[in-house]
Amino acid sequence: MSQYERKETAVRRLLESAQASVPPGLFDDAVRRGGRMLRRRVVLRRLLWVVLLACVVAFAVWASAAQPWAEPPSETTPPLTRW
Amino acid sequence: MRERQAFQDARRAREFEAFVAGAAGRLLHAATLLTAERPDDNPRARALLTAALAHTYAAWDRLRGEDPYDRTRQQVALRFARGAWRRHRGHGGVLERLNPQERLILVLRMYEGVAEEQTAALLGLPADRVRGICARAMATALHPPRGPAGALSGVVRP
Repeated sequence: MSQYERKETAVRRLLESAQASVPPGLFDDAVRRGGRMLRRRVVLRRLLWVVLLACVVAFAVWASAAQPWAEPPSETTPPLTRW
Repeated sequence: MRERQAFQDARRAREFEAFVAGAAGRLLHAATLLTAERPDDNPRARALLTAALAHTYAAWDRLRGEDPYDRTRQQVALRFARGAWRRHRGHGGVLERLNPQERLILVLRMYEGVAEEQTAALLGLPADRVRGICARAMATALHPPRGPAGALSGVVRP
């Protein structure tokens, strides 16, 4: 066994010593906080969908009213250069 | 729709409870080593682990085969690395004399058995730097220097 391996074993033993016991409320706290994060995420996603939908509807209404693809009626006569 | 949601919630809670029952002891010990607290008095380690577990719970349905233990350990390490926990000096425990970065690397490498490359990638450090810090941390942990405990911890108090 090399010196490094001996050292590694000693450190591992040091780190394994004196284990803490898990407090009973830890699981419930984690589930409560995690559940809150999940719900907040769902609400945010729903909100984004609503905003996206509203944008699509607004664009459709505007486009059908303004019809930007239609050529505007000509208001000027082209100049006559060569007679 | 609502029924399916309730079913999914129940299943997630059941699986998560089984995971916590199996993994919390080891993770809490790792967190306690990181925060350098005594095993019987470790409020910071508990807060750290609770936050990491909450994150794992929220991501449970999207893990797609990823190991929840790895995920939680990664959360603990990253939260410790960037969070307020690093500003507190140790209050006991076997790694009291090490600075937070040495503790983090020593715990990941020697207690959790994370490979050197993975540790380096997780913390955004070059691999030989991780090796150097780990060797220094091992030496300090095994042969604590004489003098007051806080002198070498590298923590400046405001």
